Amino acid sequence: MLLWLAISLMTGAAIMAVLWPLRSRAGDGVSDGQADLAVYRDQLAEIERDRASGLIGAAESEAARNEVARRILRVAGAEAAERAAGGADRRRRVAAVVALIGVPLFAGGLYFALGSPQLDGQPLAARLDAQPSGADVAILVRRVEEHLATNPDDGRGYEVIAPVYMRLGRYEDAARAWQNAIRLDGSDVRRQNGLGEALLAQSGGVVTAEAKAAFEAAQAADAKDPRARYFLGLAAEQDGRPQDAAAIWSALAADTPADAPWQPMLAAALARVGAPAAPAPGPSAEDVAASQQMSAQDRDAMIRGMVDRLSQRLAEKGDDLDGWLRLMRAWNVLGEGAKARDAAAKARVQFAADGQALGRIDALARELGLGS
Amino acid sequence: MNPEIGHYALVLALAVAILQTVLPIWGARTNDAALMRVGPSLALAFCGFVALSFAVLVVAYVTSDFSVLNVVENSHSLKPLLYRITGTWGNHEGSMLLWALVLAIFGATVALFGGNLPARLKANVLGVQGSIGVAFIAFLLLTSNPFTRVIPAPAEGNDLNPVLQDIGLAIHPPLLYLGYVGFSVTFAFAVAALIDGRIDAAWARWVRPWALGAWAFLTLGIAMGSYWAYYELGWGGWWFWDPVENASLMPWLAGTALIHSAVVMEKRDALKVWTVLLAILAFSLSLLGTFLVRSGVLTSVHAFATDPTRGVFILGILVFFIGGSLTLFAARAGNLRQGGIFAPISREGALVLNNLLLTAAAAAVFVGTLYPLALEATTGAKITVGPPYFNLTVGALMLPVVFAMPFGPLLAWKRGDLPGAAQRLMLAFLIGLAAAGAAAYAESGGPALAPIGIGLGAFVILGAIIDIAERSGLGRVPAATAFARFRGLPRAALGAALAHAGIGICLLGIVAETSWNSETIVGAKVGDSFAVGRYELTLARLEPRTGPNYRELAGVFDIRRGGASVGTIESSKRLFTARNMPTTEAGIRTFGLSQLYVSLGDELPGGGLAIRAYWKPLVTLIWIGAVIMALGGALSLSDRRLRVGAPKPARKAVAAARPVAAE
Repeated sequence: MLLWLAISLMTGAAIMAVLWPLRSRAGDGVSDGQADLAVYRDQLAEIERDRASGLIGAAESEAARNEVARRILRVAGAEAAERAAGGADRRRRVAAVVALIGVPLFAGGLYFALGSPQLDGQPLAARLDAQPSGADVAILVRRVEEHLATNPDDGRGYEVIAPVYMRLGRYEDAARAWQNAIRLDGSDVRRQNGLGEALLAQSGGVVTAEAKAAFEAAQAADAKDPRARYFLGLAAEQDGRPQDAAAIWSALAADTPADAPWQPMLAAALARVGAPAAPAPGPSAEDVAASQQMSAQDRDAMIRGMVDRLSQRLAEKGDDLDGWLRLMRAWNVLGEGAKARDAAAKARVQFAADGQALGRIDALARELGLGS
Repeated sequence: MNPEIGHYALVLALAVAILQTVLPIWGARTNDAALMRVGPSLALAFCGFVALSFAVLVVAYVTSDFSVLNVVENSHSLKPLLYRITGTWGNHEGSMLLWALVLAIFGATVALFGGNLPARLKANVLGVQGSIGVAFIAFLLLTSNPFTRVIPAPAEGNDLNPVLQDIGLAIHPPLLYLGYVGFSVTFAFAVAALIDGRIDAAWARWVRPWALGAWAFLTLGIAMGSYWAYYELGWGGWWFWDPVENASLMPWLAGTALIHSAVVMEKRDALKVWTVLLAILAFSLSLLGTFLVRSGVLTSVHAFATDPTRGVFILGILVFFIGGSLTLFAARAGNLRQGGIFAPISREGALVLNNLLLTAAAAAVFVGTLYPLALEATTGAKITVGPPYFNLTVGALMLPVVFAMPFGPLLAWKRGDLPGAAQRLMLAFLIGLAAAGAAAYAESGGPALAPIGIGLGAFVILGAIIDIAERSGLGRVPAATAFARFRGLPRAALGAALAHAGIGICLLGIVAETSWNSETIVGAKVGDSFAVGRYELTLARLEPRTGPNYRELAGVFDIRRGGASVGTIESSKRLFTARNMPTTEAGIRTFGLSQLYVSLGDELPGGGLAIRAYWKPLVTLIWIGAVIMALGGALSLSDRRLRVGAPKPARKAVAAARPVAAE
């Protein structure tokens, strides 16, 4: 709001800068002749001063005066020719209209194209003083960094901040944080994998010797760890040993449940090195169909699991309107009309005091055809 | 304060500048007093909006508002307050905004103090200034917007280039820009005169203070930049013929020519076309200087902007203003009325000589700076034009200028008496000769030209003193009268003498430093001693320290001369953590007018540090001379009286009385 006030005031000032001088037509400017004459009269006085103080002789001053006098005569001749052109009122109107309409249109238009009026200033001190909230990740990171600067031996701190660095794309910092966590709290699967992935991201997807060492350390801590095994396979592939990569990945695939999130990535990697997607013998057509069948069921089960968890969470802590609305929608999609109606009823109880929330619940119920 | 306020103020400044370009010139064309009156009020509004915009950016820097991209890229919350403020213009966008601010301040100054100007000239001048404002604000908004926001805001900035984290950044760019942009006013006067087709001795009187002011600021700006490079870069050099230095030297040479030719025009109504051309050239070279630094075409310590689209935009600005003004010049120059004749040997003649040599020197610098660029652009060949070229060409052109300099003020207007002037300078010449002889005797070694340079410097300084003594009539009239006359001397004459003496002083420093400077490069461990010039340095201790945003290793040296301790000197290497960049902080200790200079180098494999130490005799005279020159300019500027040349009547009175109508 303050911004709009400032913008209005500034625009007004700019318009006034044009309108104010236009308010009267009377010419009070110095004419060319007047200004020239002032200078030449000054020059005459100067010659006189120099002569009086003995800087120049009488003859010299006379010659100089003659020269200046000629300039004065020339000006007097030119003076008569000056005359204002007509049409002053029209010009003033044009100028006024341009100022009143042109300035706000031009400045406003350009500003909306270039500016960000929705943003406020964000001085650092104010951001640091603000209540910690999830919104300003950069400030949260900075707080942790400051904490670590004063407590450089807090391994837990490094472990917390490293994944955040990864998400922010600060891979170098992430790698350093994992290294510190390992140095302080010892090597384990999670930390070594984190370090390896940070190094991998830093090198743009190349498993460097350093990254490989980290994944090997992770595997040493847990021989079955899928992440370390996957990346060690990748290292073998990048080293030009596709057979080794295929062997590592095939072994990993054998240990991998079909619904593991990394399964598609693993299958793609295996296809790349020319190995079958599952351990030999290869699957029959029926098996493939069955697995597809299976995975569709699995998918359904997984979704139901998620919806059940949401339902449970809302039962424990019901003040999440968006959660309730999501739950209603989810049950409806899964064909569970009764459960959806049940969720709507529970939500209405929860938000009995909030007219706006009730409105949204009712609107969604109508949209889903749940009746009321 | 919300950065958006500054952003909107800048947009509004563009709107105001467009009106300032159109309305007053329209008013001048139609002789409409009301429209012409809009000029000053718009110039003030423009200044207000640009100043507000600049202030908002400074506040964003001071409060570390990292939602502003420019602040993120060039600041750091741990920087000391001073560098947070100066960091505002330590980058491309901010420095262009500073440029625009200086332009706006000059425009407002013309609006406020131009009361004695004819209304039409004033309107046209403000209109031309407005057009420069349009170009630069549009450039800022469209290619280099300092108010671009970044969301989500980072919690820390990338820090300022460590080389720029110095008090020099607070002083050098503002002074330099006051010089560069000051020439925009003389340019505006020249173009305004061409638009109106009307130019006379009074015009020169009105232009003169602006030219002098710009010249004085540019002199200080260049000197400050030179001293900054001297102590910050750690090489002990004070002038590198670096393209960016050349970029500031070219307008300085043209501006120096301009203030001299403007005197001729003011007093004798002569050299009009030439003066107008110089006014255009001085600003064109200032723009070019901006272009050379800003477009990043040149690799240099100053080139902190690297962006070809900006280069193309600035190229457009250059073509428009330089090409446009020269076209206007070509179209109108023939109509300008000429007046005032003079003999070759006269004050005017001496000033013409000065002008020819100075512009030739500017041309030499221009060729040496731009030829390699043009060659690389057209054939791809990379060549370096280095100090040998510049020393030879510029040196060869400047030596006659300096030698002729004491003669000029002693010659009369219109027709001078060279033997008489030479006679009066005889004393200075003899003392100069003696100084050269003494220098040759005292300092064996060094180039053979060095004593000649010393002699020339002494000659110039004494010449300036003799000029003032002559004008006061010292020796010819009683001392009391001479003193009274001295006090009554026009300040312009005193200023000129002071500036000329400044050149002589500067020359002494340059010659002494380049000829007799001694350099010692050693690897030293704590406790080691080595000799520099007449001094013996001992590395007493090395101390690691932590600054607000850097770590440093400081070396403390004990200085001994002839076995007696004369103090300590401290030099350090800093590592700025945010950018992981090192800088050297040279240790400098001044003895009289000379300096001892120590800078720390890399650590050596066998332990110890590489250390460069220099003894620089009379080196401070280089900058003292420049400051004296600028003071001379300021003194001359304070002369508010107007004067006209007092020509000696010619023996044939008719010849002198007949003005020459055409060039």
